[in-house]
Amino acid sequence: MAKLLRSLALAGAAAAVAAAPSLAAAADKVKIGFVSTLSGPSAAIGTDIRDAFLLAVKLNGGKLGGLPAEVLVSDDQFKPDVAKQLFEKNIKRDKVDFMTGVVFSNIMLAALPEALDSNTFYISPNAAPSPVAGKDCNPLFFAVAWPNDAYHEAAGQYANQRNLKSVYLMAPNYQAGKDSLAGYKRTFKGKVIGETYTKLGQLDYAAELAQVRAAKPDVLYVFLPGGMGINFVKQFVGAGLGKDMTLLLPGFGASQDVIDAVGAAMTGIFNTAHWSPDFTNPANQKFVAEFRKEYGRTPSLFASQGYDTANLISAAVRDVKGRLEDHEAVRKALKAARFDSVRGAFKFNTNQYPIQNYYVRTVGSDGKGGLTNKSFSEPILKDHGDAYVQDCKMKP
Amino acid sequence: MPSVLVLEQALNGLQFGLMLFLLAAGLTLVFGVMDMINLAHGSLYMIGAFLGAAIVGATGSFVLGVAGAVVGTGLFGMVLESTLLRPLYARDHLSQVLATFALILILNDGTRMIFGNDLPLSAPAALAGPVELIPGLYYPSYRLVIIGAGLVLAALLYVLVAKTRMGALVRAGAANREMAMAMGVDIRRLFTVVFGIGAGLCAVAGTLMGPLLAVQVGMGENILILAFVVIVIGGIGSIRGALVGALLVGFVDTFGRTVMQQLFREFFPPQIASAAGPAVASVAIYVFMAAVLAIKPQGLFPARG
Repeated sequence: MAKLLRSLALAGAAAAVAAAPSLAAAADKVKIGFVSTLSGPSAAIGTDIRDAFLLAVKLNGGKLGGLPAEVLVSDDQFKPDVAKQLFEKNIKRDKVDFMTGVVFSNIMLAALPEALDSNTFYISPNAAPSPVAGKDCNPLFFAVAWPNDAYHEAAGQYANQRNLKSVYLMAPNYQAGKDSLAGYKRTFKGKVIGETYTKLGQLDYAAELAQVRAAKPDVLYVFLPGGMGINFVKQFVGAGLGKDMTLLLPGFGASQDVIDAVGAAMTGIFNTAHWSPDFTNPANQKFVAEFRKEYGRTPSLFASQGYDTANLISAAVRDVKGRLEDHEAVRKALKAARFDSVRGAFKFNTNQYPIQNYYVRTVGSDGKGGLTNKSFSEPILKDHGDAYVQDCKMKP
Repeated sequence: MPSVLVLEQALNGLQFGLMLFLLAAGLTLVFGVMDMINLAHGSLYMIGAFLGAAIVGATGSFVLGVAGAVVGTGLFGMVLESTLLRPLYARDHLSQVLATFALILILNDGTRMIFGNDLPLSAPAALAGPVELIPGLYYPSYRLVIIGAGLVLAALLYVLVAKTRMGALVRAGAANREMAMAMGVDIRRLFTVVFGIGAGLCAVAGTLMGPLLAVQVGMGENILILAFVVIVIGGIGSIRGALVGALLVGFVDTFGRTVMQQLFREFFPPQIASAAGPAVASVAIYVFMAAVLAIKPQGLFPARG
């Protein structure tokens, strides 16, 4: 009996300790776990997101939403299992308030349950796969950038607008590749005259380009992320196909890191994105100027997403006045997104994926001897959401 | 399928095959003559590409880049052979695999420390565009240069192996090493020279392929597997076998990726075709290798009778 009483007392004490933080009025700092791919051939994207995120914190005087910010950066090495362990460490040991950072959908999907199951917000600066937009949507998950299909839907719409009747589609043979081509077909009204799936990681496209040349499409739409795309564009130009057809890419296929790697061959290529370095809104002008000053390069699409992610968190922390324990309030504040995004106005849908405009960009001179993206002033898709939101049964 | 397309794909197969041959030639000699499994052969290809890219970057001359890469990588190969690899000849294949695998890791990280993760390398501006070979057939001029260089090197290598004294020693070593030694061949020096030539050929392939693929750490591992497939198909130790094997693999891969996917689309419903076509294409060369080995277990042109 005495033993039982003692354990009850201990349990009570433990409960009191556990409850204590929620009684505190406001946190004295905000802790963020940032897990991203920072090494290997695909490191450019994660590096840009991190650099821009840290730039945003720095421009806020080391604070987010008025609280001193502590950002714990770690490298997932492009491995889902490593990302999962890093999430666990950040959440269980470091007790972070927000998780963010992951570049690739497959890595994020592996690590995400660690955050959601332990009631920690995940603010995605890049990956926004369709399942999480639909049936697997979660109140703790916010997609800051763009749904995985959106750029492809915008590209299909642009081909319609240009009255391009036939398309040849190409993507690596994996889920994201197939999803992207499905996204293009969703909006494209012309005819698909060829479709090739290449090996993931393939670098030589001579054989595929010969097929494309023989098929004579009006437009060639290619989803090849990272190094695959860099090689493809070079070889497309080397084969002289540019005069026979329009090459259309999703925005990340012509983001600043790709442009810098490919060089002059990128000139004149069309691509679709939700952001462009030449946007004239004041937030973006400040961001581009500060990023160039800090890092000596033009920010990529991914950098803009990292910057927006930091500012979204900052706005939410500010709006709840530092009461980070009140999850419902934090969620409401995140959803309201009261900050000046570098992409211009946007809002969150009921599945917490963005509703925003998408633009066509073309690669041209930046006036300083380099190349950069320039956007068309009229959006190709206006206030565009995603095709999965009706499957999301989340309470608003 | 229109004949222009067939011709273009044949050129693609030839170009890919010839580059594989440059890699496989060195590998098959080292494997055949020295009975040494050198997994680090792909690392020499990487080192050649990095040296080439660095020299092209510094001087702006592509020819100088290739020449410098060949000399540098050849010398590096000879030093590597005479210091690290020589003690391994007497060991069994497992020790060789372990040691040269360690070498891959060391060379990868060493390259990363010296040059960084990757280096930019572009084809010379004069070769950036396509040329019209016959009416309607445009082909990238840079790939034509690669085909030309590959053919010249294949011919040179044939003369070297078939017509010179050194070639006779190499063939003797491949056919029966103990007997060659008993006849007074200085096998040590021969090995070093063969290894140096193999490394030089890797450097040519690495620098020429650099602008088409990418000069990056780890580029050697993927292509090494194909080079092994080539020498197994061709017959270990045989230069002729390496050439035939490389061209066959080049053609099978090129046509597997294109024609096969199309055939699948014509004969199967779209869902099956889009799933099975690419899957079959990616294993086509391995299926081909299995077929060759089933018929000729020693490869097409075995060096040892």
